[in-house]
Amino acid sequence: MSEGFHEDYRSLAEQVVRRALAKGADDAEAVINAGSEFTVSVRKGEIEKLIEAGSRTLGLRLYRDGRASATYTSDLSPEGIEEFIDRALDLVLIADPDEFRSLPDFDAQPALPDLDLYDEAIARLTPAEQIDWAKRCEAALFATDPRITNSDGAEFSSETGTIAFANSRGFSGSYPTSAASLQVEAIVDDTDQKKRTDYWYTVERSLVRLQSPEEVARVAAERVLRKLGPRKVSTREVPVVFEPGMTRALLRELSSAVMGTALYRRSSFLIGREGEQVASPLVTIVDDPTLPGGVGSRPFDAEGVPTRRNVLFDKGVFKQFLFDSYTANRTGHQSTGSAGGGIGSMPTVRTTNLVLVAGPHTPEQILASVADGLYLTELMGFGVNLTTGDLSQGAAGYWIENGKLSYPVSEINIAGNLKALLLDIEMVGNDVQTLGATAAPTIKVSKLMVSGL
Amino acid sequence: MTSQANGAPRGGAGAAFFAGRFGIDEQLCERLLGVALGRGGDYAELYFEHRENGNIVFEDQKVKSAGGGVMSGVGVRVIRGDSIGYAYTEDLSFEAIKAACEAAAHISTAGEQNLPVGIDAAPTPSYYPVLNPAAEVGAAEKLAVIRRADEAARRYHPSIVRVDVSLVDELKRVLIASSDGKFISDVQPMVRFNVGCLSEIDGSRQTARSGGGGRYGMEYFAQVTPEALAIEAAREAVLLQEAVPAPAGVMPVVLGAGDSGILLHEAVGHGLEADFNRKQTSTYSGRVGQLVASELVTVVDDGTIVNSRGSINIDDEGNPGRRNTLIEDGVLRAYMQDRISAKHYRTDPSGNSRRETFRHYPMPRMTNTYMLAGETPPEEIIRSVDKGIYCVAYSGGQVNISNGDFVFSVTEGYLIENGRLGSPIKGVTLIGNGPDVLSRVTAVGTDYKLSDGRWTCGKDGQSVPVGVGMPTVLVSGITVGGTEQAAGGGELS
Repeated sequence: MSEGFHEDYRSLAEQVVRRALAKGADDAEAVINAGSEFTVSVRKGEIEKLIEAGSRTLGLRLYRDGRASATYTSDLSPEGIEEFIDRALDLVLIADPDEFRSLPDFDAQPALPDLDLYDEAIARLTPAEQIDWAKRCEAALFATDPRITNSDGAEFSSETGTIAFANSRGFSGSYPTSAASLQVEAIVDDTDQKKRTDYWYTVERSLVRLQSPEEVARVAAERVLRKLGPRKVSTREVPVVFEPGMTRALLRELSSAVMGTALYRRSSFLIGREGEQVASPLVTIVDDPTLPGGVGSRPFDAEGVPTRRNVLFDKGVFKQFLFDSYTANRTGHQSTGSAGGGIGSMPTVRTTNLVLVAGPHTPEQILASVADGLYLTELMGFGVNLTTGDLSQGAAGYWIENGKLSYPVSEINIAGNLKALLLDIEMVGNDVQTLGATAAPTIKVSKLMVSGL
Repeated sequence: MTSQANGAPRGGAGAAFFAGRFGIDEQLCERLLGVALGRGGDYAELYFEHRENGNIVFEDQKVKSAGGGVMSGVGVRVIRGDSIGYAYTEDLSFEAIKAACEAAAHISTAGEQNLPVGIDAAPTPSYYPVLNPAAEVGAAEKLAVIRRADEAARRYHPSIVRVDVSLVDELKRVLIASSDGKFISDVQPMVRFNVGCLSEIDGSRQTARSGGGGRYGMEYFAQVTPEALAIEAAREAVLLQEAVPAPAGVMPVVLGAGDSGILLHEAVGHGLEADFNRKQTSTYSGRVGQLVASELVTVVDDGTIVNSRGSINIDDEGNPGRRNTLIEDGVLRAYMQDRISAKHYRTDPSGNSRRETFRHYPMPRMTNTYMLAGETPPEEIIRSVDKGIYCVAYSGGQVNISNGDFVFSVTEGYLIENGRLGSPIKGVTLIGNGPDVLSRVTAVGTDYKLSDGRWTCGKDGQSVPVGVGMPTVLVSGITVGGTEQAAGGGELS
């Protein structure tokens, strides 16, 4: 598709909003997501699947007498759209009036930044080139080490698309996006008859920022080989070092507790704690949708509000929750430009690019500080209760003995409380790793309960 | 094959819908399948889908929003060897589907061919008769059900300060035409009801959720009342107020009847999906005929349970839904197959090929997976445990297919002390290995129960509704992840 195409969807969104008002809506918001994808997966040198498709969906939110409905359709024909609006107007009657439900107030046509979210080079990729990326990656994986005898395959995927939005307060905007990703999974037979697996991936909005197939394969191989011959450990409380990927997982769990939704639902342990020292002074966390080329970046949110960088934790002090207009109205705040959510649903608060800012220590210094503890590389399950902060998750990693990685451990569990964990962050690394929409370094938590045997 | 001019709709009610709305009939499908095989594929298939859904979200005693949508399209799959080409489009015009067929055909480079494709309409079994289709019911009836749940939860306990309820219904019509001659359709209803409760006592907040449903219309609520589902969530939230931290370490675990089936689904079921075994990436690869569990264990996957959430009249390749014994008295009997894996294993597809939508290719998936009842009364199982835990409800789980390692989060559990149920416990995680846990099953209860329809299974980014079930089961040892060190638990190393 061409980069100029998104303007057509923008005018279609504007048209849908005009029709909705003409048919009796007080307010309306229309969004169109359109795009095309290509995916190839390769396993043991052969193409396993090729997927090629184009797709588009129209989502509509209607407001009448303080009532709201949210609907979607894949039928964009003029007759289809008329019927669709009629159905949405019928649905509005079901909802109860809600005084907090209103369109956000903002400068109707703000200047929107170009965040570099579209790369023509991705749009121009040929099927042959994409097949080659996947094949090279898997071949490089097998070439790293003879112990890697199987793979769950390498997959290269690209997509280009448009997001167009219009509302009845005079705002409309659209922008093209692109993304490409490559991943590979390695499988090794361990001596105990069990298979060990691990994977690595890269995902970016521009082709030049993607890691090379060889680099992706190298990391996947390194990750699986270091897992061979795991032991179990006895149950005890020890310091735990989170590798960057695990700090990212922790950030994503934590992010649910900063949503305005959790505030009005009273389901966050951070309620009433703005301005308090809730984490170690080493911890600064921001949600930044304005990062150029960021996987989570966007010029405006799902309600058209211009986005901005939001500091969530500043040197351990909890600064703010994130809001869309509904949660903001409901709790007496302003929207932070954080509306997200699927097409055809009411907005929900979402993070964009979530970043834990680098600290002073090298990962080696962090490891060296631990005499007996866990280096965490894997978490399993959904184990955080955000109302209470209680945390309990399956885990795997390496045992640290006298400042060095000693042996892999598996089938363990880590447990504690997120409130205590945040204060117990003793060291923050300088090795921030960005993958997808989350960026974080190695961290050390002074103590967590590790259960094993 | 040609269509008949008169008589009952050929290919079933779903086929009649696609013919009436989009003009899709057997002749058109034959032409399109010919295009899809035009470059020499072994097999081609068209999967037409039309899905309508509606939802009502109720929070804080108000209908927060009502919504829904319509999505339709076709997915085209061409198989060549073990490789697939897949394309889809939302545009159901002949030209657009033809373009998708050409795109999917790219998987094969064998050169032009022009073979005639013949298909024949087949009847569809019926495992989900619906009396009162949710899509045709007015909003007032749905709102009445929602308000009953809200009131029941608030009445249950004064500490319940917030109740969220949602009712989601879906009607999915599918039509499958394939180059091996199938022309078959299905109409798949679904109702799903969720209740979440927040209990607040002196600043201590506890939340709990419950839910249910299945391939029903609104008559579901005559079987399971909204009050019962609401009280389940309210009771759990209030119970958690008194819960003590869970012990940590290896101990005997009694898995309660019903919902514990999720453990079976995750820890064993996925490893028995044939695609993982064909690729030698499952812990069960090459083990058919071997003892893989305690002899007390028989596991079945059954897509034919009437009205169950995981049931399917036909799978997403058009094969009839079936009941398959996976493990019998501890011995691995069979994997769950789709077309590609069945060809590899020289067997028949087992009615387990499923996909999320027309935008997704099918693969072997579970339907309703459960362990058959045993011979021990459940009370006796609890009485036999000196010190351990009893697990009743779960929020979710995850498994590493390649080695069977799993993790589950328990939302309702109790201590067992001297053969009796003790305090409720919180923050419980079960960590273990599927084959290992199944070999440690030392008692299976007489009380088999299917969980109410609340589970959705994810695999390769595709979600499908499933059913799970289990009798009460004793496992002699599982690692329990909690925050309290169990006496003696830390001494082994």
